[in-house]
Amino acid sequence: MNQASPIELPAAPLADAPLIKPKTSKDDRIMVGFILMISLYLLITLAFPLYAMLSKSFSTFSFDLTNFEFQVNSGDGWSAAVSADSLNRELGKYTADDLATSSDGRLGVTDFFPDFSFRSPTLYRIRQIQLDSSFLFGSERVADTEWHEYGSNDFRRVVIRPSSSTGLANYRSYFSTPALFRSIENSLLIAAISTIITVSLAFGFAYALNRSTMRFKGIFRLIAMIPILVPSLLPGIALVYLFGNQGMIRGLLFGESIYGPIGIVMGSVFFTFPHALIIITTALGISDARLYEAAIALRASRWKTFWTVTIPSARYGLISAAFVVFNLVITDFGLPKVIGGQYNMLAVDIYKQVIGQQNFEMGAVVSVVLLIPALFAFSIDRFVQKKQVASVSARSVPYEPKPHRQFDWICLGYCSAVAIFIVGLIAVCQYAALIKFWPYNLSLGLSNYNFEVMDGGGWDSYWNSIQLAFYTAIVGTLVVFTGSYMVEKINGFATTRSAFQFLAMMPMAIPGMVLGLAYIFFFNDPANPLNSIYATMGILVICTVTHFYTVSHLTAVTALKQMDREFEAVAASLKQPFHRLFSRVTVPVCLPSILDISIYLFVNAMTTVSAVIFLYSPDTTLASVAVLNMDDAGDVAPAAAMGMMIFYTNVIARLLHLFITRKVVRTTQAWRKL
Amino acid sequence: MTESIAPAAQTPRVYLRIDRLTKKFGAFVALDRVSLEVFEGEFICFLGPSGCGKTTFLRAIAGLDIQTSGSVEQDGLDISALPPAERDFGIVFQSYALFPNLTSERNIAFGLENQKLGKAKITARVAELLELVGLPEQGDKYPAQLSGGQQQRIALARALATSPGLLLLDEPLSALDAKVRGHLRHEMKLLQRRLGVTTVMVTHDQEEALTMADRIVVMNQGVIEQVGTPTEIYREPDTLFVADFIGEMNQVKGRVESETSVSIGDIRLASRPHKLAQGASAVVAIRPEDIIPHGAGARSAGTTETMADTGNTLDMQIENMEFLGSFWRVSLWHPGFGDDRLRADMSINAMRRLSIEEGSSIQVELPADRLWVFASESR
Repeated sequence: MNQASPIELPAAPLADAPLIKPKTSKDDRIMVGFILMISLYLLITLAFPLYAMLSKSFSTFSFDLTNFEFQVNSGDGWSAAVSADSLNRELGKYTADDLATSSDGRLGVTDFFPDFSFRSPTLYRIRQIQLDSSFLFGSERVADTEWHEYGSNDFRRVVIRPSSSTGLANYRSYFSTPALFRSIENSLLIAAISTIITVSLAFGFAYALNRSTMRFKGIFRLIAMIPILVPSLLPGIALVYLFGNQGMIRGLLFGESIYGPIGIVMGSVFFTFPHALIIITTALGISDARLYEAAIALRASRWKTFWTVTIPSARYGLISAAFVVFNLVITDFGLPKVIGGQYNMLAVDIYKQVIGQQNFEMGAVVSVVLLIPALFAFSIDRFVQKKQVASVSARSVPYEPKPHRQFDWICLGYCSAVAIFIVGLIAVCQYAALIKFWPYNLSLGLSNYNFEVMDGGGWDSYWNSIQLAFYTAIVGTLVVFTGSYMVEKINGFATTRSAFQFLAMMPMAIPGMVLGLAYIFFFNDPANPLNSIYATMGILVICTVTHFYTVSHLTAVTALKQMDREFEAVAASLKQPFHRLFSRVTVPVCLPSILDISIYLFVNAMTTVSAVIFLYSPDTTLASVAVLNMDDAGDVAPAAAMGMMIFYTNVIARLLHLFITRKVVRTTQAWRKL
Repeated sequence: MTESIAPAAQTPRVYLRIDRLTKKFGAFVALDRVSLEVFEGEFICFLGPSGCGKTTFLRAIAGLDIQTSGSVEQDGLDISALPPAERDFGIVFQSYALFPNLTSERNIAFGLENQKLGKAKITARVAELLELVGLPEQGDKYPAQLSGGQQQRIALARALATSPGLLLLDEPLSALDAKVRGHLRHEMKLLQRRLGVTTVMVTHDQEEALTMADRIVVMNQGVIEQVGTPTEIYREPDTLFVADFIGEMNQVKGRVESETSVSIGDIRLASRPHKLAQGASAVVAIRPEDIIPHGAGARSAGTTETMADTGNTLDMQIENMEFLGSFWRVSLWHPGFGDDRLRADMSINAMRRLSIEEGSSIQVELPADRLWVFASESR
């Protein structure tokens, strides 16, 4: 109706124009290349081993008695062939359950002949009907279908080997063994209780650090990080000294035993506290002061501001922290091993099955069971992450708390109480390490540090651990930060991204025990071309990086999410390749987080027990494993001493980190202080 | 008309040609076969309510979210499928996206640094740009040390540093307070004129669009409603949406009488020519400032007029008056209007001359060439 516009629009009706296939930029191709490389790394170090483990859990072994036939000659000619199965039924010796076994199972054949004597002149023959099993004569494997004849003295050296099949038998036997499946309930309960306690305590602590002007914040920060510096089983040792049968203050438990749920929860709160604190502090630290000024302007009460500003902006951190803690507790092995007593937990069950009973298949079954809560955690985390948006822009104003006398005193009191709990347990450990023989000889000395005479690999373990931690920090930080940057900032490639994110989130769900066991199945397979790294420092580094991938990844992602999401668009419009933006802006801005990742990996490599317990070799014994082994062997004081060595090493590393961070902040983070 | 678009050139050259651009997010169609031509040196505004597709349109032009179908041609080259780095544009975002760890100078120099320019040349160019945006003293400050307006200008300088052929502005002023906004609006417009850089700005603020743009593209629900100069958009709206979205517009229910007339109740009024069928229900629209007061009306307003030709002059009753400084806004009613009212803007002089007061009646003219008729179902 009104043709005032000078533009001639294309004539209607408008047909759809041809579809556009966007051209990928060089940057995109490079970024996809990186993502694929790191995905491949995660596939090899995580997905494939887990698959190997999963299939192991379904492989069953049993003695197939119908497949073996015997003939006997007591001097009066050969008897008719009779199957082992019919002999067994005659004798009623083994039930079907008895015949289920592991891959290593061996069954002596003389049991089927009640009147067998190795001194008798009787001759025996054995053969297999079909080729799907075998028997051993001494260590010689026999797998044909011929008759083999043995004198009675030799016949007692014949053992039947099981035949393998695929099925749910392992799971059936797991769920029909109350001693095993009760661990599920135990583990869930302990993890849930510990999570609630830890997250509440850590939130209070983080809140005090972020929002009050109390004194000694620096010291509190340091103390709160202490538990991360020691293996999770160290608080267990301290608790034994405090509340054990000969404990210093065991009266405080009013007759309850520390060996069991109480000990596990106390120790779990101790060792998960810093993990929760890091995440929650980050979440509280990124909040925008303008929101609080707005709240004050609106005359919102402190209480209302807390619930409408603080909690919503920190909720991602809180949920994330809860799932990290839950997983740490449910997957931890060291602590319940030391203080769990008769209270069975899933992670310890794996150890017992694999190391104690050499039942790898059942170990795999327990591992699979332990994986289920992990998948649950994963889906919750995905859900929460979708709701997360970048909350800090170039214009955000960092929050600066104002003095408030009463509130600051409450904070100081609260933090002091938590600090005393943490320092107390460590002090007890150090005391235990120095006492000659608790509780009979209380004189002090360094005899417990003479690790060469103990069962744990001596001082070599300690130096191996330092090597492992160093390599893990370097390799891990490079891989993790690069990977998280690529996946956060690349355009499109939605499928690749979500596949990568899935892989990056998985390690959080994978207990160390499970990962270690999976590595045995995958890397120890002679058919695997990567078999050569088995029993080297290399596999320990790879395993540790993968084990601690997720939290590092989340730290990096949290830092990257704070960057304005248009930075890449601006750089592209200025014809600058992404790697210039990466090195000029992303890395400098994220440097504190990058340093955090590397120190996180270092100290965890020093303290980890669970993943590496199945993987160390005599040449690569580790300090943390030595703590466990010495404790197991009853050398509790030397175990505490080695634990304290780990602690002091990590303290030094941590101080170094603090020093470097301070320096870095001064030079590259000047803009934050404005 | 062409002169007002590109004052320098006799026949403006098309710099940006967009043909049937469609962007789908899953099943949702954010842009539906949008076509547009932008002339060299022109300042274009995409204006529309939030969710109308204007930002999607801008991001497609930049290559940040490439369209599902349709083509974009810049300076004669088909850039439809190119990634942003292979296109020629500078961009300023609502958040400015200034690199927080780099000073203003380093931010501006970011795009210059690996272009084989000497250090001295870069320094000179940065100084020139700082001068250009009026912040010659702020080079060594970090973004956090600058005010919002200063940050915006540094972002603009950074976008202009590489002398792009196309400047894209994504709501660049909406994060600023009104006074700074008004000032910067003027400055940016002058700067754009001076540099002659073809500019596309996205905004939801009609005042911003009206004051800055050479032409405005009004968008709604993924399609372009109208393209035109600010005066055209304001004075000659194509659709009821445009009429309603930009400026004030009275809307009264009516019925089509002929191609050039319409009735409201039992009043017949001559209108602008339209294409609606006779007897169809319609929306009759007129801007408040287009209603002309003539003089005091009869005591009992609106009782005598019938379907006769009234010369578009009615006696209406004054229900309500609001003093708005330079003029009065008067609410007028006529029995034929039912529940509808007319808002009319009247000068202080007219009010004094006609001695108008609440409750009295007034004779007003609704000029036929200012009276639009739109299909009533159109919104």
